[in-house]
Amino acid sequence: MDENKLLLKVEDLKVSFFTPAGEVKAVDGISYSLGYNEVMGIVGESGSGKSVEAYSIIGLLQNPGRVIGGSIEFEGENLLEYTPEQMRQFRGNKVSMIFQNPMTCLNPVYTIGNQLMEALTCHDKTISRETARKKAIEMLELVGINNAEKRMNQYPHEFSGGMRQRAMIAMALICSPKLLIADEPTTALDVTIQAQILELMKDLQRKENTSIIFITHNLGVVAEICDRVSVMYAGRIVEQGKVNDIFYNPQHPYTRRLLQSIPRLDEENDERLIPIEGTPIDLLNPPQGCNFGPRCTECMKICLRQKPPFAQVGEDHISACWLHFKDAMGKGGNA
Amino acid sequence: MSEDRKKLVEVQNLRKYFAVKGNKLFEKKYVQAVESVNLFIYKGETLGLVGESGCGKTTLGRTIIRLYEPTDGRIVYDGVPIYDKAANISVKMLPYRRKMQIIFQDPSGSLDPRMTVGEIIGEALDIHGLATSKRERTERIRHLLEEVGLNTEHANRFPHEFSGGQQQRVGIARALAVDPEFIVCDEPISALDVSIQSQVVNMLEDLQADKGLTYLFIAHDVSVVRHISDRIGVMYLGCLVELAESHELCNHPIHPYTKTLLSAVPLPDPEKSRARQRILLEGDIPSPINPPTGCRFHTRCPYATKRCRQEMPVLKEYGPGHYGACHLLEQNG
Repeated sequence: MDENKLLLKVEDLKVSFFTPAGEVKAVDGISYSLGYNEVMGIVGESGSGKSVEAYSIIGLLQNPGRVIGGSIEFEGENLLEYTPEQMRQFRGNKVSMIFQNPMTCLNPVYTIGNQLMEALTCHDKTISRETARKKAIEMLELVGINNAEKRMNQYPHEFSGGMRQRAMIAMALICSPKLLIADEPTTALDVTIQAQILELMKDLQRKENTSIIFITHNLGVVAEICDRVSVMYAGRIVEQGKVNDIFYNPQHPYTRRLLQSIPRLDEENDERLIPIEGTPIDLLNPPQGCNFGPRCTECMKICLRQKPPFAQVGEDHISACWLHFKDAMGKGGNA
Repeated sequence: MSEDRKKLVEVQNLRKYFAVKGNKLFEKKYVQAVESVNLFIYKGETLGLVGESGCGKTTLGRTIIRLYEPTDGRIVYDGVPIYDKAANISVKMLPYRRKMQIIFQDPSGSLDPRMTVGEIIGEALDIHGLATSKRERTERIRHLLEEVGLNTEHANRFPHEFSGGQQQRVGIARALAVDPEFIVCDEPISALDVSIQSQVVNMLEDLQADKGLTYLFIAHDVSVVRHISDRIGVMYLGCLVELAESHELCNHPIHPYTKTLLSAVPLPDPEKSRARQRILLEGDIPSPINPPTGCRFHTRCPYATKRCRQEMPVLKEYGPGHYGACHLLEQNG
């Protein structure tokens, strides 16, 4: 990919939580880049660090979490060097975020209209109330809320779950950000509402040319909306590639096993699921070698000793597994 | 499937209303959580129940085993009516608790934090007097823990020392302690991680094969329900709208709501999911306090007619073992 066309470039990002029990490496050196108008999916189980990574981009990391290494470049500027004031200007204006639970993210004591207009007036002090109101109504209509005028004066509790998520999306997009981070935006919603929201996001992405980082644990949602996918496991990206490569030609054992372990609606045979045995690792005491090693059926000796590097397994398709180096190392991975 | 299979559970016109406060003083309103549901469960099968949140699937599951007292209707278990409003039958449930058990959705919320796992499982044995000596009791607890894939040493630990997947295993062990015939699985895997879900699903399937259990499997994830169930019932706003064998239901749905629901399920296959045509519904699920008249789906149904707005459709058989509740089906066939 051409370096100049990158919107976001994350390099070797490390985020740790300094808890009384010890340091938890929630994100342990991840790198990726995102082009303009691209939808990148980040998939992983709970505790894989996918949300923490997103929070550090937008600067919302809370104590005791700290970025301890790496860089986040947005259009060539390192976000980690921003002052709090610069960050405030940046947030909402250029990057905004949709959260998993819309009810906890909307302020219950202000009307929806008030909150939408606040987003506008915060970033543009010169805008008049009239224009802000007009823009807010336009935005509500854009995300498919009927009776937008009336809805402006209502409070979040008067909205249903799906409507609240629509209002959240309207609020996130009202300043026309270049990047939208969606943190499990449909997880709390029912499937029929999820379908509505996904259609809406696809539609808006085409209209507004926004890049999206879509964080989810649902592989079905990823298949539907993303162009590229990063699969995360225990704070590291294990595989990254175009959506078709990840689903039709997965290279990392974790991705392969994950795809095998989910029941599918479109499959005819009722074969037994092949689960991933064991439980996710304890991030307080991560293994010395590959994080997935203890659960991997193809685990070799080296996997337990050393973290695997990335191997280029195809065009724009990388996977971090010692198996890809097996031939180079000789049989059994005794290197 | 043979017609002479034994029906373990039969539910007729089951209703469950919850009283809520109205707007005016002394005004009472009712949440019509389950409205006239008719269904039966064959011995040894898994009946899946799907629907969106608030459609009453959990309430139905709990009402069938009478954790909630039904408002109206009739429940027959193994040929014996255990509840019949019209005939004024309402049997003592304790003997039946040995036969019907439930696994709850929230694994940590359903285990007492102040009891060890051994005590939690042992309590079930004590209530029903299933262990004659202390030694037998310990032995059975150890055996149950092994059966659900936990270590025998785990008996002395407290629930918070376990991961979500393990807590759910404890919940399953507790349900199995009394050697039940029928288990209501109320969203047993929705709180678990993707990679743990398949472990629990496989375990439930193994236990069923081993012990000849009958499951009522409630979940909102259609893919999981399709995988585990022999037959599936679809609920919308308290009503059962369609019931059929799982393959039949997924491949040839007849009710407009089922069609919508199936088309909304995301497929983990980029090309298939982008190629298919989605049916999108307008609006949201109406409130069960004030449900629409007639067919409860008519406010969102693209094919709704005048009759749908006035008259509630009843569940009728349209193919072998394929039931649907829709006026349009009647007109077509």
